[in-house]
Amino acid sequence: MPLVDVRSGMFGGSSGGDTSGYGGIVRRIEMPSSAQRPFGGWFDEIADELDLALHDDSISFDIAVEAVVLQADEITFHVRPDHLLAFVARLRDEPALRFEICTGVSGVHYPHMTGRELHAVWHFLSITHNRRIRVEVSASEAHPHVPSIVSVYPADDWHEREAFDMFGIVFDAHPGLTRILMPDDWPGHPQRKDYPLGGIPVEYKGATIPPPDQRRSYA
Amino acid sequence: MPDVTYEESYAEIIGEGAGAEGDPYAGAYDTTDGRVYTVTGADWDTVLAPPEGEKERIVVNMGPQHPSTHGVLRLILELDGETVTEARCSIGYLHTGIEKNLEYRTWTQAVTYVTRMDYLAPIANEAGYVHAVEKLLGITGDIPDRAQLVRIITLELNRIQSHLVCLATGGFEMGALTAMTNGFRDRELVLDLLEMITGLRMNHAFIRPGGVAQDIPEGGVEKIREVMRILPKQLDGVPQLLVDNGVWKDRTSGIGYLDLSGCMALGITGPVLRAAGLPYDVRKAQPYFGYERFDFDVPTADTCDVYGRFLVRLEEINQSIRIVEQALDMLEPGPVMVADKKIAWPAQLSIGGDGMGNSLEHIRHIMGESMEALIHHFKLVTEGFAVPAGQVYSTIEAPRGELGVHIVSDGGTRPYRVHFRDPSFNNLQATAAMCEGGQVADVIGAVASIDPVMGGVDR
Repeated sequence: MPLVDVRSGMFGGSSGGDTSGYGGIVRRIEMPSSAQRPFGGWFDEIADELDLALHDDSISFDIAVEAVVLQADEITFHVRPDHLLAFVARLRDEPALRFEICTGVSGVHYPHMTGRELHAVWHFLSITHNRRIRVEVSASEAHPHVPSIVSVYPADDWHEREAFDMFGIVFDAHPGLTRILMPDDWPGHPQRKDYPLGGIPVEYKGATIPPPDQRRSYA
Repeated sequence: MPDVTYEESYAEIIGEGAGAEGDPYAGAYDTTDGRVYTVTGADWDTVLAPPEGEKERIVVNMGPQHPSTHGVLRLILELDGETVTEARCSIGYLHTGIEKNLEYRTWTQAVTYVTRMDYLAPIANEAGYVHAVEKLLGITGDIPDRAQLVRIITLELNRIQSHLVCLATGGFEMGALTAMTNGFRDRELVLDLLEMITGLRMNHAFIRPGGVAQDIPEGGVEKIREVMRILPKQLDGVPQLLVDNGVWKDRTSGIGYLDLSGCMALGITGPVLRAAGLPYDVRKAQPYFGYERFDFDVPTADTCDVYGRFLVRLEEINQSIRIVEQALDMLEPGPVMVADKKIAWPAQLSIGGDGMGNSLEHIRHIMGESMEALIHHFKLVTEGFAVPAGQVYSTIEAPRGELGVHIVSDGGTRPYRVHFRDPSFNNLQATAAMCEGGQVADVIGAVASIDPVMGGVDR
């Protein structure tokens, strides 16, 4: 189960002030764990079709996919980066899958997942079958490279540029991976967790309110 | 001010670096923050001289401050006479880091931020976000019926006003000034309704996790009905003015062409896709908030051009009016917030003589009657509620297409990551496909038919 965070105390405050007596509590926050077959509903159909199709590429579903996560009636395939392109090409081309539209990629930064801190999450839509799936690929901060799928889904062009801009995920073989929202010479990747939010303390009627990222949080 | 001329002070500042490379204005000087270089434009001739045997290239920047680029969109056009040979978009001028900001606010406070993304579809942003949060909380089925109907009413009113802006500004940009004045006149009626329901004309922060912030005020239903009666008559002017207008048709037909395969490849959704003939609408395909109970059509066109998109939007306004009228008929008295007190915002606002404010009844309850109620109020308002760890993706049909919201929770009281797949952001990618090979003047029409809102594109 992927670890997101380790929290101690009752209110998550780290600057003291927790007088509840529960300061010794340590909680490990984990994401939902991998599901086993059967996944239920049309999820199994998709897995079967993918397995069948990927055999034509001399790989199998189990080789390409690290884990499958089910949550809130949605399915996420955690795909190994080496097999991502073959995987999404099959998603688009197989008549039984037919995911015509990639509705973009979003980056997520999990600083606690050592060795796989950066995740790229692609969302796919099949209008033919009226289905949606999610494909997730991870990379480390030290080597933030994942394959680009623009050659298969041209619509993903700007979305991958945004994920690069905000998270520093390098999409290999992207036709023009430049910053898209921030200026070209901007240092750093703003939506990483270690990038500060910025802001200044505000004074109001004698009291000082710190910027949002320095206020007490109750996580 | 010391009595020195500009030249003297400049020479004093730039010192020995002046006159470098034969350019008297380019130079460098040292400051406490490091060496500062003065860059001039004098090297353009050497940089941009056309290669041997090629003729001159003309590159025109349209925007980011051009009245017909819908806000701060910058189009970089390469021209051969009046023909656009290459079109590129540059965006990011309105980036405000809303997604990052959300990570430092509670799940409820985030609504106030997302409503400011696509500022012509604030209700749609809120609805998409709230839909995702509720999905991850697992309370989608617990939302009271009245809340869902009020959401649908505001969503459809929002769609009407957004499409009216599109028709108004789109018409204006192509010279149909009356379309602009009529469009904004009719939009004002709808904005008045939204103001009556939510308290604000835009940036409503009205749809909240668990329900809506406020019930429709007394007499509100009648007012909405009245406007829904007036609006079709007012809108009749648009078809009379434009639909069969030869000048308008010549100006928009065959312009900004993008067929179905182009839409599929570029992930285009919304009116642009429907104008290519595919009746795909999230409200029909994967209904949310109970859209499956409504009887409405998904209008399409088969022209794949600006004119087709104009017709689709026009008909969508009529369909939205139908939905609002049906929703008003379905309205039954009841709560507009989920029953779970651990999630529901503690109090509805009340309307006092000086506008909206706290509910005095609620304040009397927490301050004078119940210690537990006070604790609940305090915990929910300062700390918020926790959302189970995991991720979820929800989509709704925003006026400009499919709005996707990807949220990740770490089990805390704040979003871990929120990503908005804004339809304008995606659809703007079609600019090159629509504009290249056409005329400069048609770029305006093509971009107007995508109807990008830069607040949503840049977020």
